[in-house]
Amino acid sequence: MTTTTGSRPSTDTPSTPAPRARKFRIRSVGGMLGLTVVGIVFLLPFYWMFSSAFKPEGEIYRWPLQWIPSTIVFDHFARAWEAVPFAQFFVNSLIVTAAGSTLKVLLAVFSAYAFAFLRFPGKKIVFLAVLGALMVPGHVTLLINYMTIGNLGLINTYAGIFLPGLASAFGTFLLRQHFLALPKEVLEAAELDGCGHVRRLVYFVLPMSKPAVVTVALIAVIDEWNDFIWPLLVTNTLQARTLPIGLMFLKETEGVDQWGPIMAGTVLVILPMLLLFLFAQRYIVAGLAGAAVRR
Amino acid sequence: MSMTAQRITAMPVAEIPDGPAAPPAPQRNRNRRRRREYMLFALFALPNLALIAVFAYWPVIGNAYLSLTRWDMIAPSPTFIGLDNYINLFTDPSFLRVLRITAVWVVAVVGASLLGGLALALLFTTKTRGRSAVSALAFSPHILSGAAVAAIWLFLFDPNYGLSRAFFSVLGFGSPHWTTTSQWALPALIIVSIWKGVGFVAIVYLSALQSLPEDVLEAARLDGANRWQVFRYIKLPLLSPTTMFLMVTQVIGAFQSFDVIAMMTSGGPAESTTTLSWFIYNEGFRQFKAGSAAAGAMIMFVMLMVVTVVQMRFVEKKVHYS
Repeated sequence: MTTTTGSRPSTDTPSTPAPRARKFRIRSVGGMLGLTVVGIVFLLPFYWMFSSAFKPEGEIYRWPLQWIPSTIVFDHFARAWEAVPFAQFFVNSLIVTAAGSTLKVLLAVFSAYAFAFLRFPGKKIVFLAVLGALMVPGHVTLLINYMTIGNLGLINTYAGIFLPGLASAFGTFLLRQHFLALPKEVLEAAELDGCGHVRRLVYFVLPMSKPAVVTVALIAVIDEWNDFIWPLLVTNTLQARTLPIGLMFLKETEGVDQWGPIMAGTVLVILPMLLLFLFAQRYIVAGLAGAAVRR
Repeated sequence: MSMTAQRITAMPVAEIPDGPAAPPAPQRNRNRRRRREYMLFALFALPNLALIAVFAYWPVIGNAYLSLTRWDMIAPSPTFIGLDNYINLFTDPSFLRVLRITAVWVVAVVGASLLGGLALALLFTTKTRGRSAVSALAFSPHILSGAAVAAIWLFLFDPNYGLSRAFFSVLGFGSPHWTTTSQWALPALIIVSIWKGVGFVAIVYLSALQSLPEDVLEAARLDGANRWQVFRYIKLPLLSPTTMFLMVTQVIGAFQSFDVIAMMTSGGPAESTTTLSWFIYNEGFRQFKAGSAAAGAMIMFVMLMVVTVVQMRFVEKKVHYS
C-alpha cells in the first residue's frame, strides 16, 4: 500500500512527472490520430454522396478524382425526378411515417399506462405475452402478414404499409418502465383531487414523461422512414412506393453507373433523418443505446 | 341485476348500521370501481394487444403450418405435404450453401462490429478534443436507411469511378470489382454492414464503460494493475452482460438484414450473397414457393430462438458477477 502510493507523481521526486507527461502526450497524439482516421472513414462517404449529387456530370467521371465541385448544379435532382416519381415517393414516405409513428406512440402510451397503473386479472401474464412479441423475428411474419394485408384489401395502401408495424412491444415496455418510476405522491394527490385515469394520464403522467415519449416517437419515425422489406412487399405499383424502395427502382431504371441521379435520390432519403439526428441526437442515442445498457 | 342487489342490501344497512351486514355498501362500490378499471384496461391495452396477436403471434403459427405445405400463392389453398419442404431444403446443396454464407455473414459482421465497436468506445474515452463529434458521426449511419447507405457504398465501390479506385491506385493496385464478382461481393456487403452498425455498438460500450464502478477500478490501480491488466481482468468481465446483449441483438439483426443486400447485389452474383434472409424473400416472393420460403423462415426462427435462450441462460449465470 505504501509503496504504491509512494510511486505516485504528486508525492515523489520531481523526476517522475516527466515520463508521465511524455506518456500522456503520446497517448493524446495517438488518440488524435485515431479520432482523425475514424472521422475520415465516417465522413468521407457522406461527403462523396453530397458532393456528387451537386457536381456537374463530367466531374463525377473524371480521373484523377475531382474532390471539390467547380460549380453546384441541380441537374441530377431533375434527372432523378424525370426517371421516377420522386415527389410521389416523398409524399408517400411522409404520410406513412407521420401516420404510422403517431398511431404507434398513442398505442404504446395507452397500453403502457394500462400495464403500469390499472388492475386487470392476469396482467403479468399478458405483459409477458407483449414482451414475447419482441422475440418474433420480423422475417418470420412476412408471408402470413402479406396474406392478412391482402385479405384485408390493403395492398398498395398507406394502411397496408404501416398497419403490421403499429403493434408496439418495445415502446410499451420502455414507457411502462418510465411510468412506474414516476413519483407516486403526485399521482395519488391527483387521484384524491378526483382526477380520473384519463386526466391523470394527460395532465400528470405525460408531461412528466416527455423525454421517454419523445424517444419512443423518434425511434418510431426512424423505423418507419427507413423500413424496406415490408413496403417492398405490400406495394407493387410505382405510385405506391416509399422513398427507399423508390431509390432501388431509380438505380434499376437509370442503370448502375448513373451516379449523379442516384446520389441525388440518396440525399433525399438520408437528409431528413440526418437532420432529425442533428437536432434530437441526445434523445435518439439515449433511447437506442440507453435501452441496451439498462438490461 | 345490480338493482336487485341494491334493494336487498339497502334494508339491513338502514336498520342495523353497526351490524355484520354493513360492509356491502362500500364493497359494492369497490366492485363497481374495479370492474370499471378492468374495462378501462381493456380499452387502453386491447388495440395494441390485438395488433400484437394478429401481426406477431398469428404469423408464427400460420408460418409453421405453411412450412408443411406446398403453395404457389395462386392456387386457392395450400396442399399439405408434411416435412417435405424441410427434407428438400436440407438435402439441397444450394440451400446448404445458403446456410454457410449466412454463417460467414453473421460471424464476420457481428465479430467485427463488436471488436471494432469496443475499440472505438475505448478511443472515445480518451480525453481528446472532438471525440463527441466523431462518436456522433460514427453513430449516425445506424439510423439511416440501409438502402441509401448501400447506394452510397455502391458508388464508392465502383471500380471505374468510385473512391475505391483512388484508394487502390495509391497502393498500386486496380480496384476489385466488388459487387460484380463472387469472391468480392460478400466482403463488400460485410464492410457496408460493419460501417453502418459499428457506431451503435461503440456508443453502447461507451455508456457501459462510463458507468463502471470507479472504486473497483481505482482499487485495482492502487494494487499496481497496469492499464492492460485493468482492461483485461476488470473492465472486460464487467462488460460481459453488455457484450452478451450486443451479441444477441447484432446476431438477430445480421440474420435479418435485407435492404443492403437487396440494393447492392440482389443475392448475386451466382448466389454468392444469398443469405437466409434473401433466400426467404426470393423463394417466397419471386419464385412463389410459399411453403419452402416458410420452412426457411422457421429455420431462421429456431436459430434465433436458440441464440436468445443461450443469452438468457448466460445472463442468469452472470448476474451476480457484478
